[in-house]
Amino acid sequence: MIDDSLVQPGDAVHPGKPVIVDRYGPGARINHWITATSLILLALSGLALFHPSLFFLTALFGGGQVTRTIHPWIGVVLFISFFVFFFQLWRANLWVRNDFVWLSRFTDIIKQNEDRLPELGKYNAGQKFIFWSMTGLILVLIVSGIGIWDQYFGEATAIETKRYAMLVHAIAAVLIICVFILHVYAGIWTRGTLRAMTRGSVTGGWAWRHHRKWLRALASQRKAGPAE
Amino acid sequence: MMDSPRTAISNPPVQPMESNLTERDLVRRSATSSLPPPERQLTPVAKLIDVSKCIGCKACQSACVEWNDTDPAVGENVGYYTNPNDLTPDMFTLMRFTEWVNPETDNLEWLIRKDGCMHCADPGCLKACPAPGAIVQYSNGIVDFVHENCIGCGYCVKGCPFNIPRISKVDHKAYKCTLCSDRVAVGQGPACAKACPTKAIVFGTKEDMKKHAEERITDLKSRGYKNAGLYDPPGVNGTHVMYVLHHNDKPHIYADLPDNPHISRVVETWKGVTKYVGLAFMGLAAAGSVLHGVIGKPNRVSEEDEEHAEKLVERNGRGAG
Ligand code: SF4
Ligand code: SF4
Ligand code: SF4
Repeated sequence: MIDDSLVQPGDAVHPGKPVIVDRYGPGARINHWITATSLILLALSGLALFHPSLFFLTALFGGGQVTRTIHPWIGVVLFISFFVFFFQLWRANLWVRNDFVWLSRFTDIIKQNEDRLPELGKYNAGQKFIFWSMTGLILVLIVSGIGIWDQYFGEATAIETKRYAMLVHAIAAVLIICVFILHVYAGIWTRGTLRAMTRGSVTGGWAWRHHRKWLRALASQRKAGPAE
Repeated sequence: MMDSPRTAISNPPVQPMESNLTERDLVRRSATSSLPPPERQLTPVAKLIDVSKCIGCKACQSACVEWNDTDPAVGENVGYYTNPNDLTPDMFTLMRFTEWVNPETDNLEWLIRKDGCMHCADPGCLKACPAPGAIVQYSNGIVDFVHENCIGCGYCVKGCPFNIPRISKVDHKAYKCTLCSDRVAVGQGPACAKACPTKAIVFGTKEDMKKHAEERITDLKSRGYKNAGLYDPPGVNGTHVMYVLHHNDKPHIYADLPDNPHISRVVETWKGVTKYVGLAFMGLAAAGSVLHGVIGKPNRVSEEDEEHAEKLVERNGRGAG
């Protein structure tokens, strides 16, 4: 029995030099980029209204009125696309004991002493942190966002409620932008990761280095499955 | 040089005149940090609304609609005299009627308050507005919305302690009383003050209005209204629309006029510390990543890693065969 948290539908290894490991199918990748694009557009349009020095960003969207109109709609797109993603990935992102061990060896992570770190499944604690903080923050943002989407829901909340919603929305937005930066940064710092979201696959070496347990599980699945 | 008009009663001068409310007269401009100080100081003006003199005729409401050329929908009777039921983007001012039983005398008092923008010296609407120049404050105290800069976000609604601005569903811009800035700019008083038949609404310099209010308050006190007073709330540094209230100890009885209005702490936090700390936070995160990306050693997959993987897969493959 393959542990659910390790291998997901679509994950597979292909022998060769180097070994290629499928990590994300085309659907997941398209969805990822819809989410990413929405998040970037939301950040730009939101920042434009967040600080006067960034108001010039409204020009990217065709002016302040348009920025104000489309920001919430992009939010709806992000919410939907992220939660499609969520239901595909949440199981593999459940917290396991090894995640604490991995995190406690923070200096080894930074110094790249991979061999002193525990073997990991499809996601490490850092990726799980990104996943769950995105989940939480997007929920906070959509709820507070609807509270201040006055064009359609203006009557639904009292002004005092809207004031809190504004504050919460702004703080959550700052946090999600920081998490987003971390996510992009980690994806670039850890070389060989980006192709998982472009081509959908990674090399066997990458999987060996960062998600060995996942690779082992996939390899043994091949053994158990019908011969190719 | 022409200064602020001193009254709403006189008829307008017939000779053409230049507007005295210009870009150079701004003391505040929304979402603008580097506003040059005004070249001159206009005499602060104020509208004084003497609630005790108002007969609820709504001439001011009509005058406001007339002058501003708004087109409010035909009202609906919702069971009391206030009509329309609330301020709207087409109704900048509104007589709010309250039936109040004075517990001391057991008399029914019919309180009528002309609601509308208070032209705060510390305007919460302007503080909250994210669009440069959509809300401005002139050195004579008038807080005005500049519609071509407005993006319709409704932040002003959250910033205002008096629940005044209304966003139009038609052009998505914010509307409120202008204190007839377009009249004041050419030496005339506000239309509502001019129309008021009892002179419950008067207009002039803020100082004159305070003096006039004093007289009215003395008069009211002599008639037994011992708590009569001027509503010029210090929480927003005073306002350029003031009330004479016969029960100034409890402004809230006048259709929820705030007892101690001030810009909400939540709005102050959002527009203050959150804005600066948030920007710093995001900036640091971005700069830190770029810096580490440039000087730090990237985490690369090594040749051995690839070999390990190949062996692992091979081993398993053989097992299957
Ligand atoms: S609705 Fe207009 S005036 Fe009000 S805060 Fe937004 S941009 Fe400023
Ligand atoms: S009453 Fe409201 S809208 Fe008028 S100046 Fe004060 S904060 Fe702005
Ligand atoms: S000052 Fe002018 S805009 Fe304001 S309520 Fe009076 S008539 Fe209307």
